[in-house]
Amino acid sequence: MSPFQQFIEYSIVGIAAGGVYALIALGIVVIFKASRTFNFAMGEMMMLSAYFFYAASVTFALGPVIGMIVALIGSVAIALLIERVAIRPMLGRPFIAVVMVTFGIGSIIRGIVGMVWGPNEMQIPGILSRTPIMLGDIFVPGKTARAFAIAVVIVVVLIAYLRYSRAGVALRAAAADTITAYSMGIDVRRIIAFTWIVAAVTGCISGVLMANVNTLTPHLGLVALNVLAVVILGGMASIGGVLVAGFIIGWLEAITGLFLPTEFREITPYVLALVVLLVRPNGLFGSREVERI
Amino acid sequence: MADTMEAELLSDPRTRSSTGTMVRYGVLFAILAVLPFVAPGYWIYFAGLLGINIIATHGLNIMMGFTGLLSLGHAAFVGVGAYTVAILQTYFGLPFWLTIPAAGVSAAVIGVAFGLPSLRIRGLYLVIATLAAQFILHFVFVHWQSVTNGDVGLPVAPANVFGFLLNNETRIYYLILAFVVASTWFARNVIKSRVGRAFIAIRERDLTAQVLGVEIVRYKLLAFGLGSFYAGIAGALLAYFNRFVNPEQFGLLLSVFFLSAVIVGGMGSILGAILGAAFMTLLPEILRELSLLIGSGLGIDLGTILTPLRETIFGLLMVGFLLLEPRGLAQLWKRASQKSTRDSA
Repeated sequence: MSPFQQFIEYSIVGIAAGGVYALIALGIVVIFKASRTFNFAMGEMMMLSAYFFYAASVTFALGPVIGMIVALIGSVAIALLIERVAIRPMLGRPFIAVVMVTFGIGSIIRGIVGMVWGPNEMQIPGILSRTPIMLGDIFVPGKTARAFAIAVVIVVVLIAYLRYSRAGVALRAAAADTITAYSMGIDVRRIIAFTWIVAAVTGCISGVLMANVNTLTPHLGLVALNVLAVVILGGMASIGGVLVAGFIIGWLEAITGLFLPTEFREITPYVLALVVLLVRPNGLFGSREVERI
Repeated sequence: MADTMEAELLSDPRTRSSTGTMVRYGVLFAILAVLPFVAPGYWIYFAGLLGINIIATHGLNIMMGFTGLLSLGHAAFVGVGAYTVAILQTYFGLPFWLTIPAAGVSAAVIGVAFGLPSLRIRGLYLVIATLAAQFILHFVFVHWQSVTNGDVGLPVAPANVFGFLLNNETRIYYLILAFVVASTWFARNVIKSRVGRAFIAIRERDLTAQVLGVEIVRYKLLAFGLGSFYAGIAGALLAYFNRFVNPEQFGLLLSVFFLSAVIVGGMGSILGAILGAAFMTLLPEILRELSLLIGSGLGIDLGTILTPLRETIFGLLMVGFLLLEPRGLAQLWKRASQKSTRDSA
């Protein structure tokens, strides 16, 4: 295989892996839009959902379909609990304090999962077929390709929902101007709770997909920190921007694997984040949130 | 105007060192100095660990509590200090009185290198940069095999204080005690100086601070560098204390530990950093003893869940204090002591 072909193959596999990252990024940006909250617990919400799936489908042997339903219900319940108990009282406090709260919540979830399920890797039932997809000469691993397809469908459905549904319009109104939205009769608190539900759903699906492609460990969620780092730099202003950021991370990780030993993949997103900070201190797309001092 | 302010400060009982406070400090130092002669070795070990944690927590408190610069990578900067000692000693044979300052300086330089691009800008970018520092530095500790010896780590020979080996917990205790006193005294003086007031002004409202003539970028860099310097010193002492360094010690959990210590103690309070570090150092031990007790009662081994249990409790403390008492133990302490003076009066 020629080096160019190899590059193309790695790129396609990377972008395919980026589908799940885009799903994670969507969950992060929706919450941010409604309440200016950076959810550092996104990865842990995602990891916990995958364990819910594991518990329902393997421990209680209910099969993957019921397992998925249980995981969705469980993660939505947890997200609403987090929002009600820890996030709502923090609204209006400095964003640094809110970041620390979500970071603390992540730590709590990691700890609880570690206590209940232990630190070892687990295999969840293969809901994705292993049969590879061949695009001409290019070989795409079956699980990655199918995870990508599912992630893209979910992303498209959610974006359509956010665009055309009442809740989506209300969300955009609240994001544009919270006070005006309030005065027009939009229940902003309910909108914020709604965004946590959306994040729980994206987290749940991406968590189960990730656990399927890789294995399930309490550290599954760390990947969301990478996504968060790059998404913040990509600018939280547009949903399109953060989706692109998700695909870029996937692509870059794969390309790193091509040129450097595989262990470098874990730090690629952070190196990218630092490089962006150096050359484009206003973020990749120059977000409004940034003020120079 | 400055004169009247100074006069007010001098007449203020909170800033005047009266004979009473001098006596109290004297008693405290006397107790700390004779502690190794009366307390069991196990206690002295914890006192040493606590001292190291106090120094690192002072550092994070200067950044986060006083200047409002959140760092998620404090553990990595502590790690830089520890590795600096191990490397300088292993490969160059340098003595402790050179390695410890070098550890502080290298942590400060690396900290500022990570912080520099984002300290110029407001917002969340510094958080991302420090998170990047945490993961990238940890990666370097693990994967720069030829220098750091990877996961196995490096041994550290005991500090040799002019022929006197600090090779047990009592001897290193005095070295740590000296650094704790010096670092607390220095942090307190920095905060009470012009520099400290600039830090607080930046934390409260950076635009206002700038209008008032505070060079924000310079002072932010100073706060970040100083905080990382403290982390480096703490790391250096930790290397001599444990007598080995490995990457496992400096993971994300330790960064969460220091964050919790600052939050639990009370952001922006010197006393708070000490109380928070003490609370957080003792807590895992209490948890361990409790789990042993409960575990032997039930006939099961709870040792395996200790690390995740710690993680859970650190998180719960962070969230709980941020929600319910953002000024932390220092505030509770103040309230309690005010109540006791009122009651006695």
